[in-house]
Amino acid sequence: MTESALDRRVVIRKLLADRGEMLVVSGLGGTTWDVASVGDDPLNFYVWGGMGGAASMGLGLALAQPDRRVLVVTGDGEMLMGIGSLATIALKAPANLAVVVIDNERYGETGMQETHTAHGVDLAGFATAAGIPTALTVSDSAGLDDLAAKLGDLKGPLFATVKVTNNQGPMILPPRDAAYVKNRFRVALLGEQAAMR
Amino acid sequence: MTKSDEDTAAIDWPADIYGVLSDMAVRQVCYVPDAGHKRLLEMCRADNAMTMVSLTTEEEGMAVLGGAWLGGQRGVMLMQSSGVGNCINAIASITRAASFPLLMLVTMRGEWGEFNPWQIPMGRATPPVLETMGCTVMRADRPADVKETVLAGARLAFDAGAPVAVLLGQRLIGTKAFKEE
Repeated sequence: MTESALDRRVVIRKLLADRGEMLVVSGLGGTTWDVASVGDDPLNFYVWGGMGGAASMGLGLALAQPDRRVLVVTGDGEMLMGIGSLATIALKAPANLAVVVIDNERYGETGMQETHTAHGVDLAGFATAAGIPTALTVSDSAGLDDLAAKLGDLKGPLFATVKVTNNQGPMILPPRDAAYVKNRFRVALLGEQAAMR
Repeated sequence: MTKSDEDTAAIDWPADIYGVLSDMAVRQVCYVPDAGHKRLLEMCRADNAMTMVSLTTEEEGMAVLGGAWLGGQRGVMLMQSSGVGNCINAIASITRAASFPLLMLVTMRGEWGEFNPWQIPMGRATPPVLETMGCTVMRADRPADVKETVLAGARLAFDAGAPVAVLLGQRLIGTKAFKEE
């Protein structure tokens, strides 16, 4: 629906280039491979299942860690399945939370079937209507630069949907043992004693 | 009123639950409201140490609570039995896949003197469905049992890292009365 020349792997490299101590939650499928393509990091939590839950997981994390920036990177299909979570996020309005949808208008893991966004469903419009104060649709490199700057100096909650091409990029798999990734994340964030819980 | 009825009436079980949640350092209270949780929700809301997270569907709660745990906080899910059906995949694919702790306090509908037939199928399915999802299912039907049952469930969840559902029976809560105006 929206023409974009942005490549998802270029987008994710830009958004994570200066992440610092930002905490990252990736949604199942393509966005988990995207985040992994920038490099594995103990402050990444890769969601491999529970479609629709990525933004909500970011919310719980952002509320627990109000002094840390939290970035959720997920796909359009995953976001659509949990679209009500935008209303939940708007109510809590955590200043440290950003939700970025990498929107290729496709279910990329199941054969590239069109999602609702291919037919004009406006995810940023959903976010705005829910009451998220900053809700952007990004479809060019200037917009991407602006979004990256906003993540660096985050005044959330922020929502952005980044329109990308259909190019999926090579599949790069991060660890898929969720208990391991969870404990690694907690130790990196909370210290060694977190592994004892 | 018999002596034992008086004893039962004197037990403020929602306050007992609140006390356990507070003692167990629960910081995020996710909920889809139910009349049976009304007073507990009010007590949690009045506690500045607890963050209330009103959900559009119970499914969100499994992910919020996983995120809370990643960030070092304990949370609880307050819901009614029909909401159990809304979060089955999330229990499996988030909570259990990552071995997140889970404490759900589920007020039961569709069992004790239920008026609304639409509540009965999910109410009846709630215990076996939770068992199938790998949750430890505990239950309190009398006010005197609530505190220790919730405490035991909270310990299982937060100390042993288990997924736990404590069912609060409809007999405990009282049957909702529908009256035509």
